[in-house]
Amino acid sequence: MNSFWIILFHTYLNKLKSKSFIITTILTVVIVLGLTNINNIINLFDKSGGKETVAVLDETGRLYEPFKQQITAINKDIKLTNYNGSDKEAEKDVEAGDFDALIQLRFNEERLPEATYKAMSIADSSLFTDLQTGLQQLKTMQSATKINLTEAQLQKLYEPAAFEKVALEKNAKSEEELNQARGLVYILLFIIYFSVIMYANMIAMEVATEKSSRVMEILISSVSPIKQMFAKIFGIGLLSLTQLAVFLIVGYYSLTSNMESLKDGFWGVYGFGDVPIGTIVYAIVFFILGYFLYATLAAFLGSLVSRIEDVQQMITPMTLMVVAGFMIAMFGLGKPDAPFITITSFIPFFTPMIMFLRVGMLSIPIWEAMLGIAVLIGTIVGLAIFGARVYRGGVLMYGKSNSFKDIKKALQLTKNE
Amino acid sequence: MVLKLKQVMKRFGQFTAVNNLSLEIPEKEIFGFLGANGAGKTTTFRMILGLLDTSGGKISWDGLPLNYSTSHIVGYLPEERGLYPKLKVRDQIVYLARLRGMEKTEALRELRFWLEKFKVPEYENKKVEELSKGNQQKIQFIAAVIHKPKLLILDEPFSGLDPVNVEQLKDAVIALKENGTTIVFSSHQMHHVEELCEHLCIMHKGRPVVHGSLKEIKRSFGKKNLIIHADFPLQSLQDFPGVVKARLTMEGVLLQIESEKVAESILKQIVGKGFIRKFALEEPSLNDIFIEKVGDSYE
Repeated sequence: MNSFWIILFHTYLNKLKSKSFIITTILTVVIVLGLTNINNIINLFDKSGGKETVAVLDETGRLYEPFKQQITAINKDIKLTNYNGSDKEAEKDVEAGDFDALIQLRFNEERLPEATYKAMSIADSSLFTDLQTGLQQLKTMQSATKINLTEAQLQKLYEPAAFEKVALEKNAKSEEELNQARGLVYILLFIIYFSVIMYANMIAMEVATEKSSRVMEILISSVSPIKQMFAKIFGIGLLSLTQLAVFLIVGYYSLTSNMESLKDGFWGVYGFGDVPIGTIVYAIVFFILGYFLYATLAAFLGSLVSRIEDVQQMITPMTLMVVAGFMIAMFGLGKPDAPFITITSFIPFFTPMIMFLRVGMLSIPIWEAMLGIAVLIGTIVGLAIFGARVYRGGVLMYGKSNSFKDIKKALQLTKNE
Repeated sequence: MVLKLKQVMKRFGQFTAVNNLSLEIPEKEIFGFLGANGAGKTTTFRMILGLLDTSGGKISWDGLPLNYSTSHIVGYLPEERGLYPKLKVRDQIVYLARLRGMEKTEALRELRFWLEKFKVPEYENKKVEELSKGNQQKIQFIAAVIHKPKLLILDEPFSGLDPVNVEQLKDAVIALKENGTTIVFSSHQMHHVEELCEHLCIMHKGRPVVHGSLKEIKRSFGKKNLIIHADFPLQSLQDFPGVVKARLTMEGVLLQIESEKVAESILKQIVGKGFIRKFALEEPSLNDIFIEKVGDSYE
């Protein structure tokens, strides 16, 4: 087998079998499963099957029925019970766990409803809010009846003014689509951000480990350092794709099998109702390109240090660049069509995240995305040529080396004057 | 198949690491490469291996340049030892052997042969970090020779080893030579070079100061050592004509003299003064030659 493939698979299999890789993969899979099954998990811990029971102590004897109607309209999962007994007894029942809360209804001096809410803790704000909203509506209705407003008049009063947003650009995303895209783009941006940092770090560590353990000199006496560097980058790249594939498959499978219960909740809001394949494809393309850009950078930076301890210091500027790109992208989520975002999306070190943000959120012409990809590929090729020269000299340099002056020194080593 | 270096130069910016080095290393021989620290030995090795480009001159093996396409016929033991600390001996030797163009099964067979030879077959499944430094060095030696290279470069192969291990490694080196491997090795320890090499080269500040066969070098050096142990004082011999250097020892004196003739005169001078327990004329040691050529600055 060609030595390139030997190194590639050696790197890949070694990392794949390493404990840290297996543990992070399993942990992440657990998190993905947890997030996609969130409703099932919440229900699991809820004894009453997701229903909340509230004891209603109606002092007036006339409010229970209309109140119940309002509450049922707001949240089907709240179960009201007309409680017969003293408030002391009711409180005891709440303490015993028979009811989640107790609400006392009565009239104030204007014969309008008011209430006292009692529960073991008032941290569960959603139940409290639902009950409050229900009572508020009841009060509005009763006040309206008092001043002889009909139901129709009341409805008119509360009807929101019509307000429609129209994007004039063709293919522009509607408000709803934009909101959905935002959630998906947000999560994919996060994945790109984390993976690029993680795998670029891994590359730099790999190179520095081989250098500090001095096995490097044997390696590069059998295989050219440039071949070795790229075999390593591709090996780790393959590893990253393996990991991402596991996440995507688990995530997709788990998401589709739980779709029914998730559509209304958190995931629906974040645009996972129907995942646009195009966005996922762009995410993978930009992830791969971003990985190659930063992996090449990390490989040659890693080749400059002699001790593993110095790796972090050496690659900090690179990490900051990724962080900066991510920050700009976060800003861009709210304002994807800002000129600032457009410009930064063509700066190669930011392109993987910001151009992806733009293709995910806006309907930009295809040539812009392609131009971004072309700029990125051009930069990767340039960086690879430059990085390979630095790497070739860098791996032979030992000593106190942790500054960028060493790039010059490394280049000098490979020069044949 | 001769390794030829022709007017090889290497400059790093202003600094000249190797200056005009011409060598011819005959096939199936052990060639010694001596020099103080920083004399340019490792740089020369790196140029032979193609890790560094030459700034001038030519290096060839059997008339052809050495590069990565010939890496399967070259073995290298770097000065700074290092293997993957977390990998098992078997895994890393097989990996390194495959990079030199070997098949896995063949590499395993060779590995077992060498582990037997070094009497450590139990190391096959151990991680390198669990082994002692001397044993790591054996493993690294195996990594350098497993693919039966035609040209073997050993940078300080014996440093940091105990005498038993040095003997084992020496035997292995001699066996390789007898099987037809051309071996270039560098060392600080002169007696290793005297013992193993027929030809050698002493480098000083990037230049070869002595170059040739061991016998010739010693003969052309001219000076000899004279050791005298006697019961009477010998200090006066320090100023005897023809004595270059003298050192008093516990039992007598060690003189460096210009020629055999001087020894005769000295013998005449001291006969009859008392009992002479030892009077021995010896060839100069490589150490003497090295110190003379490279200077006393060398420790």
